[in-house]
Amino acid sequence: MKNCKIIILLFLMALPNLLSAQEKITTDNWLSSPGIIGTFILIAIVMIVAIIILFVKLNGYIDTMKRRQLDKNRMAFDDELVAMDGADIDAILEKRKAALKYKLKGDELSGGHAAIDEKGLIQRVEKDPNNAFFDEKKKTSLSLETPQELKKIVIYYIGAAAFWLVLGTLIGQYLGMKFLWPEMDYQSWLSFGRLRPVHTNMVFWGWSSLAMIGLGYFVIARTSNNNIYNYNWAWYAWRLINATVLLGSLCLMAGINNGGGEYREYIWPVMLLFAIGLVITFYNFYKTVATRKISEIYISNWFILASLIWTIVLTIIGYLPFYQDGLGETVIQGYYMHQGVGMWFMTFTLGLVYYYLPSALNKPIYSYSLGVLAFWTQMLFYTMIGTHHFVFSPLPWWLQTIAIVFSAGMVIPVVAGTTNFLMTMKGSWSHISKSYVLPFFLVGTIFYFVGSMQGSVQAFRFTNFVWHFTDFNVAHSHMTMYGIIAFFMWASIYAILPKLTGREPSQVFVGAHFWLAFIGLFAYMMSLMAGGTYKGLSWIDGEPFIESVILMKPYWVWRAVGGSLMFVSHLVFAYNFYYMVKGYAKKPSATQKVEEITV
Amino acid sequence: MLNFHKEHKNLVLTAGGVFIALSILIAILPAFQMQETQPIPDEQPLTAHEREGLNIYVAENCMACHTQQVRNIEMDNVWGNRPSIPSDYFYSKKRMDFWRQSPSILGSERTGPDLTNIGKRQPSEDWHLLHLYNPRAVVPASVMPSYPWLFREVDSAFMSKDAKVVAVPKEFFNKPGKKIIASYDALRLVDYLKYLKQTEMPSGDIDDFIPALKKIQAERAEGGNQSLDGAKLYSQVCAACHQDTGQGIAGAFPSLVGSAIVNDENTETLIKIVMQGYNARTDYGVMPPFGDQLSDAEIAAILTHERSSWGNDSAPVTEDDVAKVRQYVEMELNK
Repeated sequence: MKNCKIIILLFLMALPNLLSAQEKITTDNWLSSPGIIGTFILIAIVMIVAIIILFVKLNGYIDTMKRRQLDKNRMAFDDELVAMDGADIDAILEKRKAALKYKLKGDELSGGHAAIDEKGLIQRVEKDPNNAFFDEKKKTSLSLETPQELKKIVIYYIGAAAFWLVLGTLIGQYLGMKFLWPEMDYQSWLSFGRLRPVHTNMVFWGWSSLAMIGLGYFVIARTSNNNIYNYNWAWYAWRLINATVLLGSLCLMAGINNGGGEYREYIWPVMLLFAIGLVITFYNFYKTVATRKISEIYISNWFILASLIWTIVLTIIGYLPFYQDGLGETVIQGYYMHQGVGMWFMTFTLGLVYYYLPSALNKPIYSYSLGVLAFWTQMLFYTMIGTHHFVFSPLPWWLQTIAIVFSAGMVIPVVAGTTNFLMTMKGSWSHISKSYVLPFFLVGTIFYFVGSMQGSVQAFRFTNFVWHFTDFNVAHSHMTMYGIIAFFMWASIYAILPKLTGREPSQVFVGAHFWLAFIGLFAYMMSLMAGGTYKGLSWIDGEPFIESVILMKPYWVWRAVGGSLMFVSHLVFAYNFYYMVKGYAKKPSATQKVEEITV
Repeated sequence: MLNFHKEHKNLVLTAGGVFIALSILIAILPAFQMQETQPIPDEQPLTAHEREGLNIYVAENCMACHTQQVRNIEMDNVWGNRPSIPSDYFYSKKRMDFWRQSPSILGSERTGPDLTNIGKRQPSEDWHLLHLYNPRAVVPASVMPSYPWLFREVDSAFMSKDAKVVAVPKEFFNKPGKKIIASYDALRLVDYLKYLKQTEMPSGDIDDFIPALKKIQAERAEGGNQSLDGAKLYSQVCAACHQDTGQGIAGAFPSLVGSAIVNDENTETLIKIVMQGYNARTDYGVMPPFGDQLSDAEIAAILTHERSSWGNDSAPVTEDDVAKVRQYVEMELNK
């Protein structure tokens, strides 16, 4: 057995060498050669196996200990029995006989009296539950006292976001169908090339960004125990960002495209509006935090403030022209598109989760320090990995290598974040079945881990070899932007809106939203991953290109099916949103001055 | 000192400052460095027409599906003779105008083929125009959109003389007395596509591709291309017009099935057409010359495939046959 293990281990260690034996042997870039990276992975596998074995062994040892203890107890019991005298044993047996004969009369719990709720404990009596087919979830516990102005801001930001979500994914769905029926229309402004960036930018800057900022306003005010510094500024930013998405989409459909770099398709005068919106938002948030009524800055605010400042820097660097001729543009493109996702959406969303998750569970975050670690490593590692979108490209090899190495480093912030969220949920798992908010958080967290790690692994040269340029990339971006960001957004929205408006959406519809979105995403992701892999393998085999188009067709069908489910789920979400905010303003709400706490 | 938990100013300044520093290191400095690149000596700048074509390429966002980078890995060898290098982009990647930046033509998605060398792989203007008008007219399985707004429908009677008529097969356009002509934009876009050719390196030595498969690797080691796959070459080079079935497209590209020229015992005309191109028949598109692009052995393999497929049953063409014709053609040119 031992020998066998050692042989397998040696074989695993030697495998990469065997596989890469026919390559030209050079010592340059040895660290980045696929063989070495493969070896690291294999060693990691061996380590994991070793750890598993260790656990099994330890478990066995503990079992033996337990068994020994049990035997000891049993012996003591036997001794006790032997030592007993006859009369005692008879008494015990009689008692047991009586117990076995006992029968219920049937009125033990009710009694003969009429039911009276003297203490006023019962709030609602339900004879026929309105959704007999589903488990009733717990209602939101309380409504929060929030200034009316802030409520309005949060609701309008989320409302605009929901609008762009529905429109943006309708376009996405239409694009997905174009793979199956390329002749769906003959309008220039609806053609695939022009419409694709309309979809991506609309769900980026319209849906995700507006939802994040809206939810952020509440977090900033709440965790600073303060009023928002300037409510009017929030409205300026709202208008600017919506104008950006509207104008940008019209420009793209008219064929005015900045240059086709992903997420940089809006021309600069349009994107300038967005940047101004961000600056205003940042300053508003910053001033609110600066005048906070408690001494500590809550970790959410770290993430939110930083993501705003990083994105402002990023937008400026992305659009300044001085270094963007030739492949300079490509370096910036890798940096920009990756940071757009990592420094803006991911960072901001993490900030939101650090508030909404613990608040939904009504308990503190598991570890504050892990949050701080995740924060600094996010900044350090994420910034360096943009070029992993251009592995094997004519960009400098060292730049690609840095990107790959730091992609692997992303393990640290991702594991830190995931651990923190899961440990916060730990002990409250039963809430998952009782709450309609937590499943969204759980799915978001799982995708945070899986999506991010998958991204890191995809950066390795070998995986890039198979997957780059294929539909696998599209699957990855939906896994992250949808599985992580959108699910966390919905979790937060369902967590906070009922508390602000006092109106809860129908649980059946929230459930429908969750399952449609989740199953849809899964179908979308799996089909494109499988298809993308076959596509990559077909290219490696040197088959004619058109073969890879033909083989994708069934996978594109499943993608369209998944996409349709996702889109339907957004309609349900839009309805839920409408239901939650309908007539909220008419409800009386106590707008009191925020209580001052000084520490 | 830097109490991030309580000092918001320190927190924001540190996060912002470190991010800016890292960004300069990882993005701005390398970008400046890449901008220093010089063109390859033989590299051709874009003409005014080709640049207009590039602008249309960007406006239609062709980059959403087409890459323009030959990576240094084996599978990309079909898209170019050598891996792309930064100099390849010297002329095309410049800021377009005051409003729009340097185009991201490298792309990130290969839903359609790479276009680095499309001008060489597919030099026929007629093919490009028909393909843009309706890709499925030439590649039945294609999922590329049609671009009818780059074309105009006109009365044959009122057509100006210099209008470029697109030979569209009947199934795709059939209105009596009407013709499809290419708009100015379509012609410029095709100018740009034809411009896309990999420049040869002056020294001739190029970086190797990183091999992918042991199989291919082994074939190489066994003395290279002793047996060229005619069917594969045909589907890469010829099938775009003449189709995998050899039947061509009625009204655009002639059928090779049972063709007198293809099956002629004397292969001279056939080889000459492949080498020099063909423009003798007005009812079909122009055939571009392939003499510079294909070696003698490759031409022989393709022609042997054509002469023995789809019911054609004629003697194979040898490398020597092709070499003879090539010699003859060159002699004639030098006269």
